[in-house]
Amino acid sequence: MRKKSELRKTFREIRKNKACYAMLAPFMILFIMFTVIPVAMSLPIGFTDFNMVQKPEFVGLSNFRTLFLSDKIFMSSIRVTIVFALLTGPVSYVLCFLIAWLINGMPRYLRTIFTLIFYIPSLAAVYTVWQLIFSGDMNGYLNSFLIDLGVINAPAQWLTDGRYVLGVTIVVQLWISLGAGFLALRAGFQNIDPVLYEAGAIEGIRNKWQELIYIVIPSMTPQLMFAAVMQIVSSFTAGTVAQNLVGFPSTDYKAHTVMTHAYDYGWERYEMGYASAICMILFIIMFFLSRLIAKGLKKIAG
Amino acid sequence: MPAEVKKLKESNRPAGRKHGGTALSFVFLTILGLFMIFPIYLTVVMAVKPVEELFVFPPKLYAMRPTLDNFRDMFAAVRQNRVPFSRYVFNSVFVTVSVTAVQCIFASMAAFVLAKYRFPGSRMINGVIVTSLLYQSSVIYIMQYMVMAKLHIIDSPLALILPAAASPLGVFLMRQSISQMPDAMIDAAKVDGAGLFRICWQIVIPNQKPALMTLMIFAFQAAWNIQGSGVIFREQYKTLPAAVAQVASSGMARAGVAMAASVFMLIPPAVVFILAQRYVIETMAHSGIRD
Repeated sequence: MRKKSELRKTFREIRKNKACYAMLAPFMILFIMFTVIPVAMSLPIGFTDFNMVQKPEFVGLSNFRTLFLSDKIFMSSIRVTIVFALLTGPVSYVLCFLIAWLINGMPRYLRTIFTLIFYIPSLAAVYTVWQLIFSGDMNGYLNSFLIDLGVINAPAQWLTDGRYVLGVTIVVQLWISLGAGFLALRAGFQNIDPVLYEAGAIEGIRNKWQELIYIVIPSMTPQLMFAAVMQIVSSFTAGTVAQNLVGFPSTDYKAHTVMTHAYDYGWERYEMGYASAICMILFIIMFFLSRLIAKGLKKIAG
Repeated sequence: MPAEVKKLKESNRPAGRKHGGTALSFVFLTILGLFMIFPIYLTVVMAVKPVEELFVFPPKLYAMRPTLDNFRDMFAAVRQNRVPFSRYVFNSVFVTVSVTAVQCIFASMAAFVLAKYRFPGSRMINGVIVTSLLYQSSVIYIMQYMVMAKLHIIDSPLALILPAAASPLGVFLMRQSISQMPDAMIDAAKVDGAGLFRICWQIVIPNQKPALMTLMIFAFQAAWNIQGSGVIFREQYKTLPAAVAQVASSGMARAGVAMAASVFMLIPPAVVFILAQRYVIETMAHSGIRD
């Protein structure tokens, strides 16, 4: 009985808020079609064999068994992705924070200029210029510079030598990584109430370091969280940069990330079931990581 | 005021920081900034370098005889694809304008009700949007492709516009910003008998200029860079980034042309960002995820 009346209440609520749903509808329809359904679909499709032409065929855990037990390239792509994410993610996060902090201490006009300078690489996909910098002949800027200095005496094959490709990709990824997260942190600093610093000084805060721990980080937790999410997304799903820069596939799969692997199976071989299984693993890793960071930040903020 | 407090207060006023610290951070930022800007500078230099200077050894960091030949060649190079260069520009402008307009309108409407009203499902939708920030990237392209195939929009401009138009990031930023607005303003309009749609357009949106500008910049930037590889096959629907990628992949001899194309790609979003930076920073201050 009680359940029924509650249900009726909910219905009444829904009817009362008709207008709200109407306002939401245009966005939600597109959002459900192009974000919710694709993400939700990756789950069932990951358990099938599906080539886009025939009907998907249920194969149980076979995709995952293949991935973890016999797909050597997948295992190496996980290693590459983790190395890549561990190097680009935290470094770029700290850089975003540090640069935003330093910029905040600048006079107004310099703040505008510096923000533009650091943000500009992420504006458009203009990293092709790095191909000229890392070019493998004597005409490559890095090669000619290093030869001039006498560090090396023959041009290094930055873009094709298996020893360098991952490093090169990481440098370029770092270069383009000061995006929305950077702007959020930059804004977060600007938004801290100056009164907080005064109060802190009265309570015995002596230096910039203490100020950072006791005032800045606690009052910027939401922005820090936002920037962390952006950073996780860009470091774990990177792949385009590597594909365009060091080729696809890269030498010895040295810059072959999980994302590239999914791309390979999804768009090159049309094995959608397998590609979905790969993406699902990536989703799960990313989801737990963002939870972990949220917990960590809450602890810091007290 | 005790000396300590005064000192710290001064050190935190952005414009009046102690000179030593400011100078040091200025030097640090400048060095790092040079590293950031150097490739951009090189892009511009390479774009105005005549072909014969590309193979000079050692490579020069400036153009001895700057020329606009590369820009001219860029128009000619893509023309060999039987589609005139202007077509790619038109496609990109069309896609960018559509995505930006649709996203701004839809996202504002959704963000407004999500920020200011409680109704069955509102909390869940908010949660889904925050979570989906994780999934808005290339990870879902493959699955999106399947949806688009079902809708029969592959190889049409809709395949470029619709997925980009429903960005959760836009709604999220807008909602954060609108929730800072005092309820009193909305209530006053409600008393006047205005419907939700009218409140949104006449009260809320005019008040949210910074957030709207931010949304516009992000939408513009994302849309301007849409390459559409995998969903667009007909040459006449390809966008500028797709054309640029084609030129860029044709080797060193075309490097100058590729760089000219990069410059061409970079200018519109850079101009938009410069014009609207102030608004962006204002909005991003509310971007935080509270949970």
